[in-house]
Amino acid sequence: MSKFQPITFYSKEPGNVSEQYQLLPFRFTRFEDSSYVATNIAGEYTILDHSTLQAFVNHKLTATDPAYITLRAKHFLSDSHSQMGPDLLAIKVRTRHERLAHWTGLHIFVLTLRCEHSCPYCQVSRQSEDKDAFDMSLQHAERGIALALESPNLNIKIEFQGGESFLSFDMMKFIVETATVLNAKLPQPKNLSFVAATNLAVITEEMLDFCAAYNIDISTSLDGPRDLHNKNRPRPGKDSYERTIAGIDLVRKRLGRDKVNALMTTTLASLPLVREIVDEYLTQGFKGIFFRPLSPYGFAIKTKFFRAYNAEQWLKFYDDGLDYIIELNRYGVDFREYYAATILTKMLTSQDPGYVDLMSPAGIGLGAVIYNYDGAVYASDEARMLAEMGDMTFKLGTVEDSFETLFTNDVFLMALEESFAYSSPQCNDCAFEPWCGADPVFHWGQQQDFSGKKWESEFCHRNMHIFKGLVSRMETDPFVKNLFMRWANGC
Amino acid sequence: MLKLRGHVSYLGSRDQVPKLLHITENRELPRALRDRYALLDRQEAGRLVSIPEGFGAVLVRRTGIPQALEEAEYQKNEVYILPDDYDYLAEGDIVRLSPRTKHMSVVFRRGTPNNSILLTERCNNYCLMCSQPPKNNNDDWLLDEAFDLVRMLPNDTENIGLTGGEPTIYGDGFISLVAAVKANLPNTSLDVLSNGRSFANEDFARKLAAVDHPNFQIGIPLYSDDPVTHDYVVQAKGAYDETLQGILNLKRFGVRVEVRIVIHKQTLPRLVQTCEFISRNLLFVDHVALMGLEITGFTRANLDALWVDPFSYRDVLSQAVNVLRTAGMNVSVYNHQLCVVNKDVEKECRKAISDWKNEYLPACDSCTEKAKCGGFFSTQILYKHSDYIKPFNSGSVVHS
Repeated sequence: MSKFQPITFYSKEPGNVSEQYQLLPFRFTRFEDSSYVATNIAGEYTILDHSTLQAFVNHKLTATDPAYITLRAKHFLSDSHSQMGPDLLAIKVRTRHERLAHWTGLHIFVLTLRCEHSCPYCQVSRQSEDKDAFDMSLQHAERGIALALESPNLNIKIEFQGGESFLSFDMMKFIVETATVLNAKLPQPKNLSFVAATNLAVITEEMLDFCAAYNIDISTSLDGPRDLHNKNRPRPGKDSYERTIAGIDLVRKRLGRDKVNALMTTTLASLPLVREIVDEYLTQGFKGIFFRPLSPYGFAIKTKFFRAYNAEQWLKFYDDGLDYIIELNRYGVDFREYYAATILTKMLTSQDPGYVDLMSPAGIGLGAVIYNYDGAVYASDEARMLAEMGDMTFKLGTVEDSFETLFTNDVFLMALEESFAYSSPQCNDCAFEPWCGADPVFHWGQQQDFSGKKWESEFCHRNMHIFKGLVSRMETDPFVKNLFMRWANGC
Repeated sequence: MLKLRGHVSYLGSRDQVPKLLHITENRELPRALRDRYALLDRQEAGRLVSIPEGFGAVLVRRTGIPQALEEAEYQKNEVYILPDDYDYLAEGDIVRLSPRTKHMSVVFRRGTPNNSILLTERCNNYCLMCSQPPKNNNDDWLLDEAFDLVRMLPNDTENIGLTGGEPTIYGDGFISLVAAVKANLPNTSLDVLSNGRSFANEDFARKLAAVDHPNFQIGIPLYSDDPVTHDYVVQAKGAYDETLQGILNLKRFGVRVEVRIVIHKQTLPRLVQTCEFISRNLLFVDHVALMGLEITGFTRANLDALWVDPFSYRDVLSQAVNVLRTAGMNVSVYNHQLCVVNKDVEKECRKAISDWKNEYLPACDSCTEKAKCGGFFSTQILYKHSDYIKPFNSGSVVHS
């Protein structure tokens, strides 16, 4: 044995001597009474109690402390034993921001504002027969297609929105067919995909045939059980739920069971019904649900819907729903909450899921761009809703402008720069910054400030609560940790 | 366990230098070819009346030696007398015969997928559990011989391993050998075992990648996410950084890399964290292997510091595999018997022990899962294995 050295031979420098390590970039935020969540620059976290954190930042932590070994392995500190931290951090940060270099992948075409539903929380729709006033013109559509194909991104998704997108089915057909033909002629054709947002109330066999032929995904709205859904989403005949369910069934039959997903919006009436809402999604064969609060835009504000409940009420709804979903999984039901899954990907992997609201630099323009029915180009879906309220701040230009002109719009670039969370007041020293995002449209809409005063920001309040809730659930329960690892990795 | 190398009796006198020879049992081989072959004679006692001339060597069993043969006959014909251990030798195998040291090594067996070429016994690591304890002698001749051997191997060889010691101590010589394998054995996959430290030199990693071997993988051990633990296990300061940098460089140039972790008392406490580290920092490696201890070499000397019963860490192993699997990585468990792991890692358990040192316990005969199980290293049977080995019975619900 004498020819082998003991571990103390390898650990003796810096050993118990303090101040022999360097701090790598990290941040901490109070978690529970005497503990903190600390994150490194790549979003890896560890929980530190108060005294450990204090010793750590004061260079007093000894190398024999188990926390020291974890902090070194997770690249919060660097000492003479390893110089790899900065290189590995750089790789992780680069991986996280990889999609920035690919530029905009999601191109949303607002085909029409017309809709036969009259949902009080809707941001934009119109009850109108007037096709000329609220539908996209051929000319605008052609320009929109050209712009979409001009994006350097090799994966282009074209999404159709409304109003009810299938009320403008001819235009949808035109865009799908034209984009497909033009794409094939590109020197390097893109991986082109389509998705149509629809309430499924007016979908016909002919439309489904077309969707099948062009592999178009369907994204629909389902707010919960029949009574809630029909209350939230009124239409002539009061049969929105029946039509949606029949539509989902039809789409699955014709296009395949994974070709339709659904989104819900939380209203005051939803608040006591979170289990029933989840059960409805289970009954309809969905693998998960995305709990969405009302957005402070459009009719939601006019009709006072947005203020009908406060952030605390919504977060309670969210927590109850998430805990219910975790319980379902405990009993072997594979079901997930997609907002949590999105955040968990940022927490537990080096990937970024590219969710527009949780990107920094902000996802507006870079993650998605909107070609409105009237030829206006907006930096995000929320930006066009703001425009419907008369605020044109995030209008990049019109489809007649060049790609370069649109994406070098001064206000757009300023919004990106000012809201960049890493250098934004309060965000820059928040442990959750690597998991969070910049939402300049929200903060502009609420506070006329791209960055936003975060202590007054509902966006900040809501996400902080969710981040802490996710950490606390997985720190206290190994089952949840494993479940969350699966959600984070999309498996 | 098959004996692959050892002492033999040499009755010849002509040769002084070691040589590589194909095994043949064909006494009628044309004379022009004979000096590249060792004639294996399996005749019964006394039946060998004359020794065919011109073979590179003649291998006979002790019982096959006829009394009547003149001593001169042996000397002329380079006769070696083999102990019974080598009964498995067969047509097409390749042996190295060293007349001066009266030593024979079986360097290639045609009937097995587990052929490795030992390139050196030197290494700049000194791992606590090394199964091939490093020596400091100059053994460059092993590399020279490897070049010859590569040209002798049948070109339908499925896989060949290059191992050590540390094969990359030869620098450019190692790169040339990989190129020679690619040129001479275009259909053979190549596995190299290395500590990866040489590839901390970016140019060296680039050179290996430039060979562009179409079916190449290099297995590199990373024993901990903690640099001190890794350096301690491999008994070399700074090894952690060099190995990590080596892995990064190899992946930067597109070389397939397998990360290998041997599980023992020193690596077990941070096994899950190490797998988390790999999934977070090295997601781009091609395969991760979690390996049980082979009870040979230094492991036997350090057994108290290393041994931990696999049955006692089965839950930790499950979680380690789960971390890697969930992250979408390819993960395998080597050298663990199915009765000492949890059901959830059965899919990852591979039969990974080379056939010549792979055995089962008598108790395994009644086990219904024996065919699926990788079994034991012969040295585990001899010296140390789990106390919880228990055959599966049909109808048993132990692991359901």
